[in-house]
Amino acid sequence: MAGKEVSVLVGGRAGDGINSAGAVIAHFLNHLGYVPYLYFDYPSLIRGGHNFGIIRGSEKPIGVHHDAVDFVLALNQETVFRHRARFHEGTVILFNADVVHADGQGVPVKKILLEEKAPAIMGNSAVIGAFAKAAGIPWDTVNAVFSAHMPKGADLNLRVARRAYDQCSTVLTIPPLGDRRLSLITGNEAIGLGMVAGGLSAYVSYPMTPSSSLLHFLAENAERFGITVVHPENEIAVMLMALGLSYGGQRAAVGTSGGGFCLMTEGLSLAGMAEIPVVLVVSQRTGPSTGLPTYSAQSDLHFILNAGQGEFPRFVVAPADAQEAFFWSAVAMNIAWKYQIPAFILADKTLSEGVYGVDPSKIADVRQDGLLSWDGTEPYRRYADTPSGISPLTFPGTKGAVVKVNSYAHDESGITTEDAGTVVQMTDKRVRKAASLSTEMESYKTVLTEGVPGATTAIACWGSTKGVCSEVAEELGLRTIQPVMMSPFPTGQCTKALAGIRRLIVVEENANGQLAALLRLNGIPHDATVLQYDGRPFTPDTLLSRVRKVIV
Amino acid sequence: MTERPLITDAQNTWCPGCGNFTIQHTLKAVLSDMEKEGKSLDDVVLVTGIGCHAKMADYLNINSFYAIHGRAVPVATGIKLANKRLTVICCVGDGDAYAEGLDHLIFAAKRNIDITVLVHNNRVYGLTTGQYTPTSPLGFRGRSTPSGTPEYPLNPLELMLASGATYIARGYTKKMDQLNHLVRGGIGHKGFACIDILQICATFFNMTDFYNTRVYDLPDGDKGDFLSACQKAREWDYNSESNIALGLFYQRSFPTFEDRVIRKPVQKPDRKGVIGEFLKAHQ
Ligand SMILES: Cc1ncc(C[n+]2csc(CCOP(=O)(O)OP(=O)(O)O)c2C)c(N)n1
Ligand SMILES: [Mg+2]
Repeated sequence: MAGKEVSVLVGGRAGDGINSAGAVIAHFLNHLGYVPYLYFDYPSLIRGGHNFGIIRGSEKPIGVHHDAVDFVLALNQETVFRHRARFHEGTVILFNADVVHADGQGVPVKKILLEEKAPAIMGNSAVIGAFAKAAGIPWDTVNAVFSAHMPKGADLNLRVARRAYDQCSTVLTIPPLGDRRLSLITGNEAIGLGMVAGGLSAYVSYPMTPSSSLLHFLAENAERFGITVVHPENEIAVMLMALGLSYGGQRAAVGTSGGGFCLMTEGLSLAGMAEIPVVLVVSQRTGPSTGLPTYSAQSDLHFILNAGQGEFPRFVVAPADAQEAFFWSAVAMNIAWKYQIPAFILADKTLSEGVYGVDPSKIADVRQDGLLSWDGTEPYRRYADTPSGISPLTFPGTKGAVVKVNSYAHDESGITTEDAGTVVQMTDKRVRKAASLSTEMESYKTVLTEGVPGATTAIACWGSTKGVCSEVAEELGLRTIQPVMMSPFPTGQCTKALAGIRRLIVVEENANGQLAALLRLNGIPHDATVLQYDGRPFTPDTLLSRVRKVIV
Repeated sequence: MTERPLITDAQNTWCPGCGNFTIQHTLKAVLSDMEKEGKSLDDVVLVTGIGCHAKMADYLNINSFYAIHGRAVPVATGIKLANKRLTVICCVGDGDAYAEGLDHLIFAAKRNIDITVLVHNNRVYGLTTGQYTPTSPLGFRGRSTPSGTPEYPLNPLELMLASGATYIARGYTKKMDQLNHLVRGGIGHKGFACIDILQICATFFNMTDFYNTRVYDLPDGDKGDFLSACQKAREWDYNSESNIALGLFYQRSFPTFEDRVIRKPVQKPDRKGVIGEFLKAHQ
């Protein structure tokens, strides 16, 4: 265990409940005062295949796992073989002795289940109990975590865990750090909560990994949050239904991944032309096409920035972790309605499905600006020309208002036109909205920096790789520059953040360097890129050696 | 209350003799009757696709969502979900709803969302100047099928019956009184209403003589029998020379999508409190 750090791997077959076992272990670390992070790696299938989770706890804020692990919970033999390279001399292995041979402490899972008359799915609890004892975790903590975070059968699970706990011995104590407790949520949950905070009232989505867990989360909590959740026939319908909901007066959002977003692009362009607010959550996975459904990538940035025919303003943010995801999702809702534009929350598998520790007291209040609404004095014109470019917004059903929206070029009242002057006037109005938005966004911190302030070499990164980049920057004495807002691009704030930097290294999970290209387009040159595109997130270990090579 | 003018200043660009005029007059008459009966037209929304039919959005002075080709129906579904009080009417084309956006039509019927869909079925792509559509007869010579389409038409009434629509009718633009009756019925029907309107396209496919010699009216009476509706729907398959029934084919009452989805009126929860609770439960 290096410093106040611990890493635990749990592995087994798909269907073995690896994800929930990982969550329990993450809660243990949380209870011990560590900042937890859970990376979950699984193939695109339901049964069989290898699943594993790596749970890391640190005294510092983290958003990435390590390659090396201190503890292994092996639910099958493959876990031991496959991850051998992650073991060090002191790695402690806990395993299901019925099916695994290894050096460490085996648990007679079948026997324990039989004795407790517990179903097979509770087998994990035995191995978790063994881990708790091996790591010197007090039984009270085990008891508290199981009771609070097991939706069903906590008592029986506890009895199963207790038997293994009593049979094992403590070999590597994880020292408690205190009693600060964070909330453990996934990136998708953070996005959902942020949108709810930002006024979400309807969510429309068609399942597609890695966005599906957001659909599931919002559907499950629809009543609690007071929202309507719909799963229509395809993503074309998703997008158009959302626009209907928005036109009708609801704050609607959609969610998908790249393939589904392909089908949404005609609706996106409609939103741009008809000035209908909508929020789109797009969570990237490895492409092109079906690609690697359950693995990550940062290869849809330019697609998102350029999707849809014609020119129209759009707001795009790419948060790095759960805390940022909450905040920027709320901001995206606010901006979409204030400016009547499409707003994107660009995530990826790492962010969407990773479990992060967030400090509930730092879940900031989010601003919700009132809408510029119709005062009823003159006949309502949906596209009334104004200095800011923003027209007063009202909805059908408003007394005395005729609300006409249109996908064709239109005049101020929403009637189709081919008149050259009107076309220019309305285009200029949309361009002015973009300018107003850019001005407003100057009051937000849209480019975040970490690492060593006086450094002359910087890493530029975006989205989920921020966590790994800032660890590497810390280690090598570099600065990180992370634009969160991708459109409108914050050139000014980027340039300021880069003051004093003589060498700029761009780190991304794609093959072409999409942030690098965007920076170049905005007049910011770079010196080197470090790219990875195997679907797996960078870890500090691999990134460190790759950045070292391009540092001079 | 002063009645609003129902027609906008937009210049009308339909061809002389176009059946769309009949549909426009019908809608205007229906709307003005509704207003006279106390319905506020502020609560009516028209959603259109793209095509000659869709110009209705520009011409009628009511709330409108001039959408994109094939996509009026999902937009209308969203609007109805947003605000159940609204009366939502779609004007769609046969290319629009039976080709480009067919999936949405089937699903709207399956869900029984309470909207009324008027299909301006001129059996040709009007606005793109005369290509065959899903309801053009075999051998139709359009600009994309100069030697005649090799495809048989599909029968939209049969399709709507199979999909679960709860109000299915066929009208004809040369029979305006009947059309008025059918449209009013569709709007009054609580559930998914689809009215296939045989619409004369004076320029690209003028079927006036063909229709005039074959149409007849279905008798009034109970329309709840699915099998006899199927039988009636099959009498003319949009290809044969048989007689063509006009009127209401099928109607039944059935719970609507919006009533099922919006289980109870969504009261504004204390969002901050709910989020705080969630975070606490995950500590
Ligand atoms: C996605 C898309 N594809 C093609 C078109 C071109 N287009 C405009 S109208 C139309 C066909 C219209 O036919 P129909 O729906 O029958 O309407 P009509 O003009 O006959 O009323 C087509 C193909 C379009 N606007 N959008
Ligand atoms: Mg047509």
